[in-house]
Amino acid sequence: MQWQFSNDAPIYTQLIQQVKVGIVTGAFPPGERLPSVRDMATEAGVNPNTMQRALAELERDGLVYSQRTAGRFVTEDNTMINTAKRSLAERHVKTFLEAMLRLGFRKDEIIDLISKEFGEEEADHASA
Amino acid sequence: MPVLECKGLTKRFGRTAALDEVSLTVEPGRIVGLLGPNGSGKTTLIKLANGLLTPDGGYIAVCGTAPGRESHSLVSYLPERTAIPTWMTARQLLDFYGDFYQDFRREAAEEMLDHLGIQPRQAVKQMSKGTREKVQLIMVMSRAAKLYLLDEPIGGVDPATRDYILSTIIGNYNPDAAVVISTHLIADVEKVLDEVIFISQGRVALQSTVDGIREEKGMSVDALFREVFKC
Repeated sequence: MQWQFSNDAPIYTQLIQQVKVGIVTGAFPPGERLPSVRDMATEAGVNPNTMQRALAELERDGLVYSQRTAGRFVTEDNTMINTAKRSLAERHVKTFLEAMLRLGFRKDEIIDLISKEFGEEEADHASA
Repeated sequence: MPVLECKGLTKRFGRTAALDEVSLTVEPGRIVGLLGPNGSGKTTLIKLANGLLTPDGGYIAVCGTAPGRESHSLVSYLPERTAIPTWMTARQLLDFYGDFYQDFRREAAEEMLDHLGIQPRQAVKQMSKGTREKVQLIMVMSRAAKLYLLDEPIGGVDPATRDYILSTIIGNYNPDAAVVISTHLIADVEKVLDEVIFISQGRVALQSTVDGIREEKGMSVDALFREVFKC
């Protein structure tokens, strides 16, 4: 997994996001055991206490669960994983829209640009 | 009990106070950055904590006792300059550390040296500067100490070596011990730290958690440092 950090947000919230991405994309598959806190911290290059804090928060949300001696596991609840996926997507959309509106684009222009990016404009011309 | 505690700690060199009434606490399980510009007193504090210097005023204790013969068994110190004997081979170095320190985890050290591809027969003097730094850090982190004092562990090494050193520090994390890292290369270490202590002209300017700073100020510790110590 690729770990990347920005300078303007706490590290533990960024870790939460990135582990979520890992779960949603299957880098940490449902029902699988997560590596130890120390191993995950070493891999991400972060403080073990910070990683612990992030995992504890994910546990409160239910995306991961602990078994006393065996360690931490990814949830097998696909509904929960899909909800996480959806909320990650919504965040991306929100950030994108904020940037576009700041640049001065209107809703229809934004939709138009996205459609073009998907190569749908030819289809539009054909039907017109 | 805190691993390191200072109250009103003062150290003078002639008329200048290198440390002026410094009070701070480092709890077990913490990795703490001692951050400050050149000449702010970082090395003086580290040397006081391991008994290489004696204070002129105030109080300093490691696990409740004043630095001295007893605390040497609790403190593992990485000096600013590489200090391992260059005529030794890697194996002799392992023997040397094993003889000196009861808490030396030889197997852990051997595993880390092996991981770096260092042969037991290889002499320290045949190693590059970066490799020597790595070897010295391995020796220091292989002790089961209560307090690790790392004075500029990442100064003057290339970025890949820097990553190696930081991941070695994380990989040897022990919840009962504390690590104090002095550096001015903040951007590189900030993710590894729980807390930071800013020292400026011998005084503590700030002690806070890394994520506390990021949450409150919306900026990295590195950015805050640049703001606080703007020339």
